[in-house]
Amino acid sequence: MADVTFTVDGKKLTAPAGTLLIDACRKAGIEIPAFCYYPGLSLQAACRMCVVRLEKVPKLQTACTTPVAEGMVVTTESDEIKQSRKAILELLLGNHPLDCPVCDAGGECELQDMTFKYGAAESKYVEIKQHREEQQWSPVVFFDRPRCILCYRCVRVCGEGMDVWALGVQNRGVSSVISPNGEDHLDCEECGMCIDICPVGALTSGTYRYKTRPWEMNHVATVCTHCGDGCKTTLGVRSVDDGSEIIRGDNRDKSGMNGDFLCIKGRYAFDFTTREDRITKPLVRQPNGQLAEVSWEQALEHAGMKLREIRDTRGGSAIGVIGSTRTTNEEAYLLQKFARTVLNTNNIDHHRTADYASFAAALQGKAGRTASLRDFLTAPAILLLGNDATEQHPALAWNIRSNVRQNRARLYVANHADIKLHRQAKSFLQIPQDGYAALVQYLAGNEAGFDGTEISAAFREALRKEESLVIAFGSEFRGRDIQSLVDFGLGLPNVKFAALGDYANSRGAADMGLMPDLLPGYVPLAAAKHFGEEYPSLPSAPGLDMLQMFDAAEAGNLGALYVVGSNPVERYGIDPTALKNTFLIVQDMFMTETAAVADVIFPAANLYEKSGTVTNTYGDLQLAKKAADKAGVRTDFELIVRLADKMGADPKKLVPFGRGVRADMGQTRGAQSGEADRHAVWLAANNLEPKLSPFDPFAVFDEIQRLVPSYNVSRFELLGGQDKQTRSDLVQIELDPARRDLVLPANDTLFTSGTLGRYSRMLHSVMESRTTKPAETAAD
Amino acid sequence: MPRLVSHPDEVKIISRRFGQGAAEIDRYIELDGYKAAQAAIEKGPEWIIAEMKASGLRGRGGAGFPTGMKWSFVPKQSEKPKYVLVNGDESEPGTCKDHLIFLHDPHAVIEGTLIAGLAIGAKMGFIYLRGEYRYLLKIMEKAVADAYAKGFLGKNIFGSGIDFEVVTQTGAGAYEVGEESALMESLEGKRGVPRIKPPFPAVVGLYGGPTVINNAETIATAPHILLMGGEAYAKVGTERNGGTRLFGISGHVERPGVYELPMGFNLKRAIYEVAGGIPGGKKLKAVVPGGSSTPVLLPEEIDVGLDFDQMAKAGTMLGSGGVVVIDESVCMVEFALRTIKFYQHESCGWCIPCREGTDWLKKSITRLHAGGAVDKDIDNIRYLAENMMGRTFCPLGDAAAMPTIGFVKKFRHEFEEHLNGKGCPYEHQREAVLV
Amino acid sequence: MSTPATTIFSPALAARFDKLVTLYPVRRSALVPMLLYSQDEVGYISDAVVEEIAVRIGITPLDVRNVLSYYSMLRTKPVGKYNVQVCTNISCMLKDGYGILDHCKQRLGIGHKEVTPDGLFSLEEVECIGACCWAPAVQINYDFYDDLTPEKMDKVLEDYRAGRGKETL
Repeated sequence: MADVTFTVDGKKLTAPAGTLLIDACRKAGIEIPAFCYYPGLSLQAACRMCVVRLEKVPKLQTACTTPVAEGMVVTTESDEIKQSRKAILELLLGNHPLDCPVCDAGGECELQDMTFKYGAAESKYVEIKQHREEQQWSPVVFFDRPRCILCYRCVRVCGEGMDVWALGVQNRGVSSVISPNGEDHLDCEECGMCIDICPVGALTSGTYRYKTRPWEMNHVATVCTHCGDGCKTTLGVRSVDDGSEIIRGDNRDKSGMNGDFLCIKGRYAFDFTTREDRITKPLVRQPNGQLAEVSWEQALEHAGMKLREIRDTRGGSAIGVIGSTRTTNEEAYLLQKFARTVLNTNNIDHHRTADYASFAAALQGKAGRTASLRDFLTAPAILLLGNDATEQHPALAWNIRSNVRQNRARLYVANHADIKLHRQAKSFLQIPQDGYAALVQYLAGNEAGFDGTEISAAFREALRKEESLVIAFGSEFRGRDIQSLVDFGLGLPNVKFAALGDYANSRGAADMGLMPDLLPGYVPLAAAKHFGEEYPSLPSAPGLDMLQMFDAAEAGNLGALYVVGSNPVERYGIDPTALKNTFLIVQDMFMTETAAVADVIFPAANLYEKSGTVTNTYGDLQLAKKAADKAGVRTDFELIVRLADKMGADPKKLVPFGRGVRADMGQTRGAQSGEADRHAVWLAANNLEPKLSPFDPFAVFDEIQRLVPSYNVSRFELLGGQDKQTRSDLVQIELDPARRDLVLPANDTLFTSGTLGRYSRMLHSVMESRTTKPAETAAD
Repeated sequence: MPRLVSHPDEVKIISRRFGQGAAEIDRYIELDGYKAAQAAIEKGPEWIIAEMKASGLRGRGGAGFPTGMKWSFVPKQSEKPKYVLVNGDESEPGTCKDHLIFLHDPHAVIEGTLIAGLAIGAKMGFIYLRGEYRYLLKIMEKAVADAYAKGFLGKNIFGSGIDFEVVTQTGAGAYEVGEESALMESLEGKRGVPRIKPPFPAVVGLYGGPTVINNAETIATAPHILLMGGEAYAKVGTERNGGTRLFGISGHVERPGVYELPMGFNLKRAIYEVAGGIPGGKKLKAVVPGGSSTPVLLPEEIDVGLDFDQMAKAGTMLGSGGVVVIDESVCMVEFALRTIKFYQHESCGWCIPCREGTDWLKKSITRLHAGGAVDKDIDNIRYLAENMMGRTFCPLGDAAAMPTIGFVKKFRHEFEEHLNGKGCPYEHQREAVLV
Repeated sequence: MSTPATTIFSPALAARFDKLVTLYPVRRSALVPMLLYSQDEVGYISDAVVEEIAVRIGITPLDVRNVLSYYSMLRTKPVGKYNVQVCTNISCMLKDGYGILDHCKQRLGIGHKEVTPDGLFSLEEVECIGACCWAPAVQINYDFYDDLTPEKMDKVLEDYRAGRGKETL
């Protein structure tokens, strides 16, 4: 729309016609107070706080419902307006309990802030306040009715935002009350958006209530550790005896790709970090078969010695390594480098939940074709193939819903199940569970193998007319099907793609080469190129994949297995006796089924307890910052370095740290001047300093950026907290058509999250409180 | 059966079929029924709207917006269907005029709905009656069915090729639904909370379509205007206040009832001559002139013409035409309390100033009436009411605040008599019952 | 959004509802009348009524409750067979509507929103019922009684007690 010019408090402002006055003012730095107005949600005009005076209009008008118009003259602060707002506050405070000293919202309460600003300190209201007992609506949601000011934000965010519609308004007049759909309880997705958005302390959360004063917390912006969406979250942490505990997660500042959205897992399922059954001391299996607590030195010494012995006697091919979908990119990279250059093996894999390798192969050389999570918030059209995003990618579902609601984006969904996003879909196609490949052929114009109907024809027709489309596909698509899908998509004018995988760094694990045949950046071993120079002792033959490793163990051919942040015994249904002749080292937080049969267990930190980078399933790279701390645990990064050290490897070759080597810009030493030099040259060229510690993950991040072109994003912006798209088009690979994708979807729901979910009491209590319990998934 | 009254000063236009058995369609036809509709079909929308404009008819619900102008605001072309909506949610205390129209002349409402539909190009009309008017709904339902049977409604009405459907609808107890957009919400099966305006109903109304919504009396007047001609109708009233209106005179008068008086008729005459004055030789204390939301008038203020402009000049409103006459035996604090209790009960609760303000006023005046207040409380009551004025989401807040300000302003001495533990000096003081 | 396989309503009412939802451009417009007519038949709006109406309209039970709790004539608990609703709003108050209310309280031995032990009567003080010019007025279920005096009120109650009262539905 065309811009209009108008005057606010004497200042000339310009905004597109139709912009709401409250938004236009806020953009210009003129804050107009409001309780009920919330950007992106429907308008209420109920709280009457945002009243302003428009020239030539007899009554005060609500800025939240007034579109700006050419020549409009507005006053936002005057005695009359102040008095009007003050009177509203006096009315609210008339029955609002002044239990601010114990209220969760105390200190960050919008009613407090406005009362402070407008000075409604005198109480004219002497009638007795109506007290009502607090109600618990779910393990997550508590409702304190007298504190409620009826701004209806919760009702709207639940309905419009979440498409859950679990909250309503009942009764009328002064008896009006927010009511849950189960009459005395909530039956919902437990996302906590209602609590987050509440301007006062009427809705509080089971995890946070009465725990702290907000100003006692430190706030750390980091990335959620659960699903592959990689929501940005701000963790509220507080010092405790054995470290620093997380007591709150939110994204109130709306930074990041998820806006203010977090699902139950991001918002509340951090409680696994403080489980009392967390392993906090290294354990080593004794001759009597029992695990015993030992010192770090003993445990590392023992593990390092055994690994070296097996490598030296049976060769690297007798050692396997299983990495994690939840460690940082730096840790994943370091682990594979450790495997390949210290253990001398390519027997490395991880729990794969999407075929990112095929996706990378299909998109090589195609710049600008990967969709960020952000794109789903703005794209004019979206095609979702497979996957139930509401359960498995809640932020994706949120962005899609927001986009459909706010921008009228057109959503096309094809799924074998009638998923919830059907409700936002312009067009929905239900297909057989094994019908995805045929569907893509059909969309591409190949009718064979697909039972076309009028609906599917209209679906295809509408899709083909889209001038700009983002396509997200689930793990139903692998290998050649991904290639076909990309081929089809590239035939449309302007298409971007996203492959949906399950865990916080599933994408990073694949990108960083936790695979037996692919190096970081999907570089095939067969064409190792520069890695040949970087990794001097890189074995050239592809290693064993996950399943082959366990087969080898069963056959007695795997002398040692190093498992970092993974629980393959449970996930892949491995008979633990298959590992009886394998020296098993496990790094984990908990005594998982895999840890239970380990010879050495190192207590590991989780993603909230470390710094580094992670890559969500869309390829958005983000910075994770250490928020929590737990005495007795160490990061996987540190543990890998220490193990290498105990094996006698040179840590400097593993982690490029320190100033030991001089950069001379390669002029005197020539091309063969060695990895440290190349690294130093790169650092100098990028205006970066060498890192000083072998435990500094950013030393490895330097190396990743140097060696993996798709990760060479702006570090300045990344460190500033922005998400940066990695560049899949820079990957150059041909995959062996016979390659096994080994994708095993996690099938998590909103209330499960692999091992982390198993150890979250909040998620358990939510599941127990529900009448229909979602099936618990295997651990990871 | 509500008693019908009559007085020589009346000018019977809209009430001329009352008591004539016109609820029966054949009788209605005998009494010139459905002639106006047929004329409207013949002469078309421009003619209808011109006549309505010429009549000077202003909305009888209370706001007094010129009806012809309202109809002319509806866009001629519209992607969405247009609707006519008849507001029969008569709920303003002191008002019972539509009650009689539904009872005695239901076809006038139907014919008026049809005329409005023809004027704006709607194909469907809804007649919404408050839930308490079930027996009147039955009468309306029968009248609608009879009109369908005669071919006056439905497909090809009067053989004209035009289709027009009428559906009757019941409310279920909510004053607020009388607000036009709240009524649309209610008719759409929702809570009766008003909508944000603009857009106004003429542009985006019922089911998102352009909608004319009129009070039942306004709608029922339309056929009479077309029959007698807009100008002739206008001449009955005063300048910018065409025609007649049904005034319900209740309370302390000898002959309470609904009288049809020309616009501009003197209020004092209406009370003393038409309704027979104050019974029992008592003195007049106050008059609430247009339903409970209109500011009270003192005896010395009632020598005023009953039209929108003169009443506004007198510092009050013509409102719904419900004149409530109060004699000297009444405690004005109790009257104020009963008034605010109603608005507290009926506030939809959507916006803060109305929801909390009506409750605060009710509690404060209750306490004051019982003697539990001090002088400052009177100021607080007024402060609060003044801070509600013009600040609420819909006019209900004003409807609660306006009379309250009036009572405090004009009867402050009576409020003061209750202070400091003294309580009500009148005999008939009551406990607050409604919660 | 469907006609349920089994209904808790009488065949006549169920048939009426089947038709009602088709009268309007949207089904939901039938919600308020359906609630009121269900109440007329069942006596109050029970959980079963809420559930069935939600299905018939195609909305959630929460939606139904949000709406029903708004309207003062709709109730979720049973009342007497004859619900005596005494108006005490201004016009009735001026004509001793409170006297009628007190009289009913005394005669029926119950208070506001209470039910007689035999379940025959319940009493309610209500807001303006639109009979101001014929005050004081009372509604028993849907039937109006105007120009009341305590004596007339007694007669009306007696008629209902004897089964002679009007019963407009």
